[in-house]
Amino acid sequence: MRDVAIIGIGATKFGELWDKSFRSIGIEAGMKAIEDANLSGDEIDGLFIGNMSAGRFINQQHVDALVADYSGMATNHIPATRVEAGGASGGVAFREAVMAVASGLHETVMVGGAEKMTDLDDASINSVMDATADAEWEAGMGITLASNYAMIARRMIHDKMATREEIASVAVNSHFHGELNPGAQFRKGIPLDTVLKSGPVATPLGVFDCAPITDGAAAVILCPLKDAKKHTDKYVKVAAVAQASDTLALFQRDSITEFKATQAAAKRAYEMAGIKAHDINFAEIHDDYTVAGVMALQDLGFYKKGEAGKAFLNGETHFDSGKIAINTSGGLKARGYPIGAAGVAQIVEVTEQLRNEAGKRQVKGAKYGLAQSVGGNGSAVTVSIMEAI
Amino acid sequence: MSSVAKEWREIPGRYNLQGTKCEHCGKIFFPSRSFCPACRRAGIGKMKEVKLDRHGEVYSFSVIHEAPECNNMQKPYAVAMIKNREGVLISGQLVDVDLDKIEIGMPVRAVLRKLDADGAAGVIHYGFKFVPDN
Ligand SMILES: [Zn+2]
Repeated sequence: MRDVAIIGIGATKFGELWDKSFRSIGIEAGMKAIEDANLSGDEIDGLFIGNMSAGRFINQQHVDALVADYSGMATNHIPATRVEAGGASGGVAFREAVMAVASGLHETVMVGGAEKMTDLDDASINSVMDATADAEWEAGMGITLASNYAMIARRMIHDKMATREEIASVAVNSHFHGELNPGAQFRKGIPLDTVLKSGPVATPLGVFDCAPITDGAAAVILCPLKDAKKHTDKYVKVAAVAQASDTLALFQRDSITEFKATQAAAKRAYEMAGIKAHDINFAEIHDDYTVAGVMALQDLGFYKKGEAGKAFLNGETHFDSGKIAINTSGGLKARGYPIGAAGVAQIVEVTEQLRNEAGKRQVKGAKYGLAQSVGGNGSAVTVSIMEAI
Repeated sequence: MSSVAKEWREIPGRYNLQGTKCEHCGKIFFPSRSFCPACRRAGIGKMKEVKLDRHGEVYSFSVIHEAPECNNMQKPYAVAMIKNREGVLISGQLVDVDLDKIEIGMPVRAVLRKLDADGAAGVIHYGFKFVPDN
């Protein structure tokens, strides 16, 4: 296996992009990445697309072909592959692309992530989301993805692993950073009370505990590390890509207050990068629901069980705290959550940070950045680590 | 929309809480599995169908206020993760209960109820829900 570098990144603004189509946002992100990597486009010999549910959101299947076609690469006849892993679609697509280059099968690969959600009504969007849980034994019983996270939160509070305020403060942290990110859907800080008093979605979680419905796309370009300099001086090394799985249904696990898939992926990632959890300077974590953020910090090994919530509440997770900065992009909660794009957008943020291009939210002197992407209620997880060169 | 065949296949689990027990390691699974994730190959041929104990207690719960279209009529409604007397976790709806009085540890039992229907003339889905067990 050879080392892999990220040589180009691109993303659309995230939000309710009613005047743009799936294909237009996908192309916008891809073109930005190609430009960023100083490529003509002809060098790209493989395409991986993270997308969860274009079939239901925009009634278009086969989006691998669509993206290859409209990015002008179908006439080069390069292979294009669509990757679906629920909310982890983007993270898994990234890992597939890294493997393709690391193995020597491909030289220059683009990973795109895109989701167009706002063309559908809210109730239908909910049912698409809920289908990432077990369709027969959870969704079919009236259980929603949000209510599963709510049951995790309730149990966590019951077991004194976190307070309601600590869980809510995950959203406060994400909005604090979202205000500093020009590409974020919500560019406004919020007080804790706004989360606590927001309308109930699935008790104890409210509207502000949940990531929004978002349109958006992101793209990154990979090549062998040894060739990165031929294209650009601004590249970062992919130090690790790891992935793990767990039961599809939440109720089939021994513990619901931790995601063993995150723990397993993190362990593999740290081994692959040859580092420990405390070497990580900042992380983009999958905060589709606030409580997932608390679990992530514990499962990734940044904090002991029962300590992560306090870290969010104290503001230790801010970009300038000197501790591990969390979700400097605004996370899924404030930057936005176009499902299949989210995991790729995390890689874009980590790369921007390691290139010292994150502006007002820049983490100073960072060497290692981590991205965690989660599908369903923790049934698929990727953990990737990037290193500044 | 779902087919009659799909509903019919789920009847043992949904009506009778039928799961499987691995006779190699003794672990009970719900819903049924044809493979024991603990024993893997050693458990082949040793998965036996069993009916789960219908009594248990609330392990965690949530009251749903935002639901997909098919459950919209029921809002707000409660869902719970139940730990039955055999220690098996099962998720389902919790009904016939004061939504403000649900708590972790509350005794419940599984009953057969209508889950939902595919429109006026469509397939009606039946399955278990949980009720307070006093
Ligand atoms: Zn077994």
